[in-house]
Amino acid sequence: MESIDVSMDINEIIKPENLVYKKSSLFEEKPFSYCPGCGHGTIQRTLMEVVEEMGITEDVVGVAPVGCSVTMYEFLDIDMLQAPHGRAAAAATGLKRVLPDKYVFSYQGDGDFAAIGTGESIHTCNRGENILVIFVNNGIYGMTGGQMAPTSLINMKTSTTPYGRKQEQMGSPLKITELIAQLPGTYYVSRHAVHTPAGVRKLKKAIIKSFELQKENKGLCFIEVVSNCNSGWKMTPVKSNQWMEENMFPFYPLGDIKVDGKLVK
Amino acid sequence: MSKAKGAIVVDKEKCKGCEVCITACPHQVIGMTSTVNAKGYRVASMVLPEACTGCTNCALVCPDGVISVYRLKAASVA
Ligand SMILES: Cc1ncc(C[n+]2csc(CCOP(=O)(O)OP(=O)(O)O)c2C)c(N)n1
Ligand code: SF4
Ligand code: SF4
Ligand code: SF4
Ligand SMILES: [Mg+2]
Repeated sequence: MESIDVSMDINEIIKPENLVYKKSSLFEEKPFSYCPGCGHGTIQRTLMEVVEEMGITEDVVGVAPVGCSVTMYEFLDIDMLQAPHGRAAAAATGLKRVLPDKYVFSYQGDGDFAAIGTGESIHTCNRGENILVIFVNNGIYGMTGGQMAPTSLINMKTSTTPYGRKQEQMGSPLKITELIAQLPGTYYVSRHAVHTPAGVRKLKKAIIKSFELQKENKGLCFIEVVSNCNSGWKMTPVKSNQWMEENMFPFYPLGDIKVDGKLVK
Repeated sequence: MSKAKGAIVVDKEKCKGCEVCITACPHQVIGMTSTVNAKGYRVASMVLPEACTGCTNCALVCPDGVISVYRLKAASVA
């Protein structure tokens, strides 16, 4: 139950008329299955806030990936499909084409979007489908035990690269976001993070912008969120966020990459 | 003594004890309980309640949405 140790002062503050933040009502009772401190929770919480605040709960349909978010539809009270591994953007294409008036998004991890689904991902972007892709880059296969992903950094230790990722053997980390930004079909491409309040506020604006652009049929909107996987990285949540700032951001810099169909970076 | 302008309420049984909210609080309001909830997690709670401005920073970064924030109407978040 909700309770805290209260003084008189605080009792005067904790009143319904003073409420300035509570989680979206689009959460199901079932708690997120994510590890403590995992960015997946923060991203999906923020997404639900946008959906609720824009008043589009009945008009939004999402596609869940394979990965730690495979059952995200169990936690969120909106309509969702769940696609085979990597194919969420293709499934979202079909959805949008039969339901053009719905706001359609796919939610995909880096293993999902940038490894097994590369073909579907690139061609969905190239066709300029009017969908939003939310791409969660934690540099690892979180769900299956922390294997190397295409996005894993050079020298990053994973369960399949115990001595660190080596460029000569495993190639370079794939900046798939910069890659798809080159395609004429993408209209808005932006990279974010949710470990700070400022980051969450920016992500929220980016999601709102993407849904507004989708309504105008502008083309594909793509939001990457560089996120933590404290279990896979074998760190505490707070430490993983620091590690992300120090190691992920220099290679995956935050900010807009393409705005109004034009590259800005 | 300064008077609190804001306060948070943590849903104790749903908190996962990740401490991400502690890092986000600009006024060191939040600490962890020494006791654990039914899931075995230590829980975020106000340890410096008089310093809370109700800025919502902690709630924005909580992955599980377990923080509710209250702020006195006249108060600024500075
Ligand atoms: C066709 C197929 N191949 C492989 C798997 C095993 N598998 C499940 S999740 C996953 C990787 C998920 O990584 P990512 O997309 O980065 O998601 P995360 O868990 O990191 O959020 C893999 C390889 C599968 N479920 N289906
Ligand atoms: S394994 Fe990693 S990505 Fe998956 S829920 Fe845990 S921290 Fe998040
Ligand atoms: S509302 Fe702001 S000041 Fe109060 S505990 Fe949360 S982050 Fe700290
Ligand atoms: S961020 Fe949320 S889940 Fe994590 S310790 Fe704070 S209140 Fe608990
Ligand atoms: Mg991943």
